[in-house]
Amino acid sequence: MTKNRSWIPYLLILPSVAFLALLFIVPLLQTIWLAFSDNGVPSPANAQRMMADINFTRSVKNTFLLTIAVVPVQLAIALVMGTMVAKVGRGRETILWVWTIPLGISDLAAGLVWLSILQNSGYFNSLLLGLGVLERQASWLSYQTPVALFFAIAVAEIWRGTAIVMVIIVAGLNQVPKEFREAAEIFGAGPWTRFWRITLPLIRPALQSALILRTVLAFEVFAVVYALGGRNFPVLVGEAYTWQNQNQNYGVAAAYAVLIMIISLAATLIYLKAIKVDPERLP
Amino acid sequence: MKRLMSFGIVASTVLAFASPVLAQTVFVSTQLRPIEEATVVREELLQDVGDVDYVVEEPPQFAVRMEAERQAGTRTVSLVGALHGELSPLADRDSLEPLDDLAKTLAAGGMPQSLLDLGKLGKSTQQYIPWMQATYVMAAKKEALQYLPSGADVNALTYDQLIEWGKKMQEATGQPQIGFPAGPKGLMARYFQGYFYPSFTGGVVRTFQSADAAAGWEKLKALWAYVNPNSTNYDFMQEPLAAGEVMVAWDHVARLKNAISAAPDDYVVFPAPAGPKGRGYMPVVAGLAIPKGAPDKDGATKIIEHLTTPDVQLLTASRVGFFPTLNVKLPEDLDPGVALLAGAVTATQASKDALISLLPVGLGDKGGEFNKVYMDSFQRIVLQNEPIADVLKTQGETMAKLMTDTKAPCWAPDAKSDGPCPVE
Repeated sequence: MTKNRSWIPYLLILPSVAFLALLFIVPLLQTIWLAFSDNGVPSPANAQRMMADINFTRSVKNTFLLTIAVVPVQLAIALVMGTMVAKVGRGRETILWVWTIPLGISDLAAGLVWLSILQNSGYFNSLLLGLGVLERQASWLSYQTPVALFFAIAVAEIWRGTAIVMVIIVAGLNQVPKEFREAAEIFGAGPWTRFWRITLPLIRPALQSALILRTVLAFEVFAVVYALGGRNFPVLVGEAYTWQNQNQNYGVAAAYAVLIMIISLAATLIYLKAIKVDPERLP
Repeated sequence: MKRLMSFGIVASTVLAFASPVLAQTVFVSTQLRPIEEATVVREELLQDVGDVDYVVEEPPQFAVRMEAERQAGTRTVSLVGALHGELSPLADRDSLEPLDDLAKTLAAGGMPQSLLDLGKLGKSTQQYIPWMQATYVMAAKKEALQYLPSGADVNALTYDQLIEWGKKMQEATGQPQIGFPAGPKGLMARYFQGYFYPSFTGGVVRTFQSADAAAGWEKLKALWAYVNPNSTNYDFMQEPLAAGEVMVAWDHVARLKNAISAAPDDYVVFPAPAGPKGRGYMPVVAGLAIPKGAPDKDGATKIIEHLTTPDVQLLTASRVGFFPTLNVKLPEDLDPGVALLAGAVTATQASKDALISLLPVGLGDKGGEFNKVYMDSFQRIVLQNEPIADVLKTQGETMAKLMTDTKAPCWAPDAKSDGPCPVE
């Protein structure tokens, strides 16, 4: 019995490994092949076509700008929300529940919600008209107002994606032992010192997961941008979608997909290196 | 444990590969896709023809699905409804049933022979039956007419007059009042292929980088100063028209219909403007075809017969704004909005300088990249203000490569070519 037992764990994970191989690794390899082949022979043509496209540089720039603008803000907001809720006794669950509502809304729906607010005849313009700030409808989402468009997309993304960061951070905060904080308080540490010296280092694993998750998702941003900006604000996934769907060129679409994967992997590696987690604190 | 697992694997495999039981005639269409239109098809147009499953598909996915079914040798689709240009690659691969008997009956019943001949797609047998037709027109709020430049006839506008009109409207209202559907799902590429290029250059592909084209782009830049910048977000012009964001718009009749039908007294509908080479316009013909190996050929034939009866054709016109392919007179009590659109279509076809531009044919699955050439040129020249000559040169090279790759011969209004259509 004990002899057999050693391979039982492997047997148990076998189905999921097979599942992954079939539905993840095979398509991955196919995509890589699609990206770097042309009519069945290896070729960099698709990658070259991708880089020569008029929207390529803009989409790379936009995606990175959006990630840089959105992720730190989300992390900061999530930390504030998490710390705030830690002090609450009764009603904590309700507050958390309300805060996580955006999580249950699909990307596209979130984009459409913000579109209804920010479009020419939307709520925001109506409000400004009503207050007399504007004389006539202003457009916020056109190619002539890139800054407003960027800001609108960033706000929509922050609204939509902060909840997931907060959930992870709250889980991390729950694991910080009370004794540490109490000990620090006895030694006269103020709230800031306690936050910087105790809480932050102790929630490192949570921070790491939250950052990796959010950054990868930020690089894959699409539906919100599509709803609000359409073609005015090209991003990497949007370009992959356009090449696949509108232009029917699977090769270039695959090249974009591979590029997004490389960027996401690189970001993950950077976080793994930059935010070191003690091995004994790993699950 | 093992037994259970193997049972599980076998069961899931069987479930994954078992094809669904087909009790209905599957009708896949790239036309009448928006939910309101699809509902009209399901609940009104296809009533009393048995059990039909009306499925809508975006044009690119349609091509992929048809090709996948052909390669697999298993057809689930019994009837397809698509544009002339979307059906042509299917006919090229010889995957449509000949429909000559149906065509004969319809010719006797009053379908114009010229239209039926389009459905042969250059072959000796009938490949599809013309189902409905449409085109693109301009619509304007009546209050915009007061700003029309003096001496201009709205039914015979030129580009210069349109620019002048746009300028006056902007000065009077403080906002650009002309709109184009240049959003991600808008049909702006058709504007370039069927209206802009033919009007300014008399061609679509051959003349792509000509001096005439460069002059045309200059005009478009001048016009764009009076075009609402939100145009790059507009997909269907009926919404911005109805919402009062623009007063004048160009779009497909079916994409203007809701606004105009809702308030027919508020609008005028008229032909697109003319350029130095004439008034380019693009007729759109949608056809019905039966794929080879269709599971329910009889059911499909019955649906075609039903959809091409005069009553259903008129119902189609009044409910979704596509016009009959049969030679039937539109009734007096037709939806006033549709009557307005029909009037503009007739005015376009009857105008002395009308210049027909056909939908691109022979591009296969490269239709999207063909559109992209025009949209990229537009983005670079008009939106990003890049030098016209440089843009036309690089985009012209892309276009030339596309033509050699697909071996697509020229179509009207370009002069016929022996091989792939050249970019001169």
